[in-house]
Amino acid sequence: MATRKIVVDPVTRIEGHLGIEVEVDDKGKVVDSRAMGTLFRGFEIILKGRDPRDAQHITQRICGVCPASHALAASYNLDSAFGVTIPENARLIRNLTVGSNYIQSHILHFYHLAALDYVLGPETSPFIPRYKGDYRLPKDVNDACVAHYLEALKMRMKAQEMLAIFGGKMPHHVSFVPGGVTVKPSVDKIASFLWRLRELQDFINNVYVPDVLAVAAAYSDYKKIGVGHKNLLAYGVFDLDSSGKKKLLKRGRLTKGKLLDVDAAKIIEDVKYSWYKDETSGRNPTDGATEPDPHKPEAYSWAKAPRYDGLPHEVGPLARMWVNGDYQEGISVIDRHAARALEAKKVANAMEGWLLELKPGKPVWAECSVPESAEGCGMVEAPRGALGHWVRIRNKKIENYQCVVPTTWNVSPRDDKGVRGPIEEALINTPVADPDNPIELVRVVRSFDPCIGCTVHLIKPNGQMRKFRIL
Amino acid sequence: MQLTRREFLKLCSASAVGAGISQLYIPKVVEALEQAAAGKPSVIWIQGASCTGCSISLLNTTHPSIGEVLLKIISLQYHPNVMASSGEMALSYMDIITEKAKGDFFLVIEGSVPTAEGGIYCTIGEREGKHITMLETVKNLGAKAKAIIAMGTCAAFGGIPAGNPNPIGAKPVRDVVGKETAIINIPGCPSHPDWFVGTLVHVLLYGLPELDDESRPKIFFSDIIHQNCPNYSYYNNGQLAAKFGDKGCLIQLGCKGPMTNSDCPLRRWNSGVEWCVGVGAPCIGCCSPNFPDAVSPFYSSLPKELWPEKETELA
Repeated sequence: MATRKIVVDPVTRIEGHLGIEVEVDDKGKVVDSRAMGTLFRGFEIILKGRDPRDAQHITQRICGVCPASHALAASYNLDSAFGVTIPENARLIRNLTVGSNYIQSHILHFYHLAALDYVLGPETSPFIPRYKGDYRLPKDVNDACVAHYLEALKMRMKAQEMLAIFGGKMPHHVSFVPGGVTVKPSVDKIASFLWRLRELQDFINNVYVPDVLAVAAAYSDYKKIGVGHKNLLAYGVFDLDSSGKKKLLKRGRLTKGKLLDVDAAKIIEDVKYSWYKDETSGRNPTDGATEPDPHKPEAYSWAKAPRYDGLPHEVGPLARMWVNGDYQEGISVIDRHAARALEAKKVANAMEGWLLELKPGKPVWAECSVPESAEGCGMVEAPRGALGHWVRIRNKKIENYQCVVPTTWNVSPRDDKGVRGPIEEALINTPVADPDNPIELVRVVRSFDPCIGCTVHLIKPNGQMRKFRIL
Repeated sequence: MQLTRREFLKLCSASAVGAGISQLYIPKVVEALEQAAAGKPSVIWIQGASCTGCSISLLNTTHPSIGEVLLKIISLQYHPNVMASSGEMALSYMDIITEKAKGDFFLVIEGSVPTAEGGIYCTIGEREGKHITMLETVKNLGAKAKAIIAMGTCAAFGGIPAGNPNPIGAKPVRDVVGKETAIINIPGCPSHPDWFVGTLVHVLLYGLPELDDESRPKIFFSDIIHQNCPNYSYYNNGQLAAKFGDKGCLIQLGCKGPMTNSDCPLRRWNSGVEWCVGVGAPCIGCCSPNFPDAVSPFYSSLPKELWPEKETELA
């Protein structure tokens, strides 16, 4: 069978550096694919030897799109290592802070990262040049979506203002610390937050969700495109009590069609096809290592290949909404966008309740200090999916810190058994009408909302690889 | 024709010192700006060892809004997160624009530049089967640009990727490009949208703003945070917070305000709703040339000999 290679590198309108390379058969269907992360920064190496309390600041810089989630994972990680239970106000403020960024991130993803694959933008930079393709929306709907692109810029900005009320600034907020938060809730802050939240709820309910439905209607064939392995994984997020057991979006997984529990001990990371030393393959993150081997011949990505119970799992809003029982319509390009929009609605509604539970005057921080020696673990959900931080502290310093981030799950290369990662698998069977304008491929990749800054603390490039990059 | 740094500075020297960004936003000036930008200046924005946080931060600009910046003030020809195109189409377009507008486009660089092993730790795309490194891109485009804006602490000074032990040999832009192109450093982790827009507007209307020894615009970075901090009087009165949530100056909790230059206490963040010290958190010195190593541990107090003199003592 004659195949043709298509490389998209860089893949744009995602966070970070990604290339993809696919092979299509003579009918234009994808028969093989590779996803490669092309930036390595070495956060886990930089963290070694530092004061553990600095981890929430350093790890936020892994990603400027979802830094609040890294701060949350780092905070839970350190809370557990320090042996501290945080006050109620701190739990609520952490939820509100991370929730604000869910709203920001989901709006940004649909309108500013993904929409231009479906909506024809105006004839000016940065909307041109663009792939030729089947932009199918009726003119009035298309025009409305272009107007919403601009309105959404204001809305996501408002969500970041909302975050800064308790976070100080965004991106890279400063108020989370081991033991709680530094900021005290006050009535003026609560009011200022609430009115912004209501505007955002209005936008989500009356603009964002309807626009996603309009795209879904016009591109209904994408309900069957971008399916992938059909395994989903979520660690859960937004604690509803101080035990952390009850969550707004619960922990769970869908593996081979069954809804099951999650056991962190069953997570490993393979590196056979990643630019890391082979002897570090197959380890659980508690014992993980990050040792670059940038000239390894069979490797093609700086991303490691995380697996649960040996199997690739997709993470993200669809996984969360599925295991929570909120959305089980299907697994595809369209389902990812739909689940993301409905999740934004769910989180925005819950935030109003958390805001009104805050108690001005009550504590926000529980006394704690850096232990001589300890281990910690923080498992949460970033907007893009399951996020875990693990730490080992010795002599009051970080001896080892490992992050397994959402996009590493999704953009992972093949594992040691040669099984493709979720995005690679989702690309298989995608029909490509015009290899010079492979818009179908970027629609599949962007439906996952890849965030490579996170991932690439595990990825590498070399001059020999075939690539298809999505920026 | 490409301007030398000297020519560029001369062209820009008519600038008004201390013209704050707020003064630039009066409607007449905005109108003039839009007219001046009838042939909107081309901006090429590239990302190296970055987290995209500075791009996200720029989206938070209020007046002008980001929509106005993109559609009325500049012509953003290349931006990995914003532009419609991908892959070879995007890269070819960048090649064409930077050749056509040689010496006349602004190059914005976000993130530091990995230099270890020939720059392989960050590639920004693939051309004819070959990976293009950030390192070669910065060198090539840097030589063609009218001026470079190093956006954020990573591009300006190295930042977190250059933190010890700097596994990828991350370097600031100024250590990678030649001296012939002017570089404006706008630090911050992330950088504040007003600092970027204000600098850009300054360049378009009045020319290059006056820069300090670290190539930072003086209009935003002359003052030490401590001097303008609302907790300044607590410090002078000796009221120091001992734990999170306490009233008082945060110096014992690790605040790096006394060694960090920026106008954060006055400008504040995210449309002015808050700033770091305002939520009870010590400044972590994210605008500092030596962030993160020289300003961490973030929660350890500065050594006493670096504590600022109290105003009462000065009197």
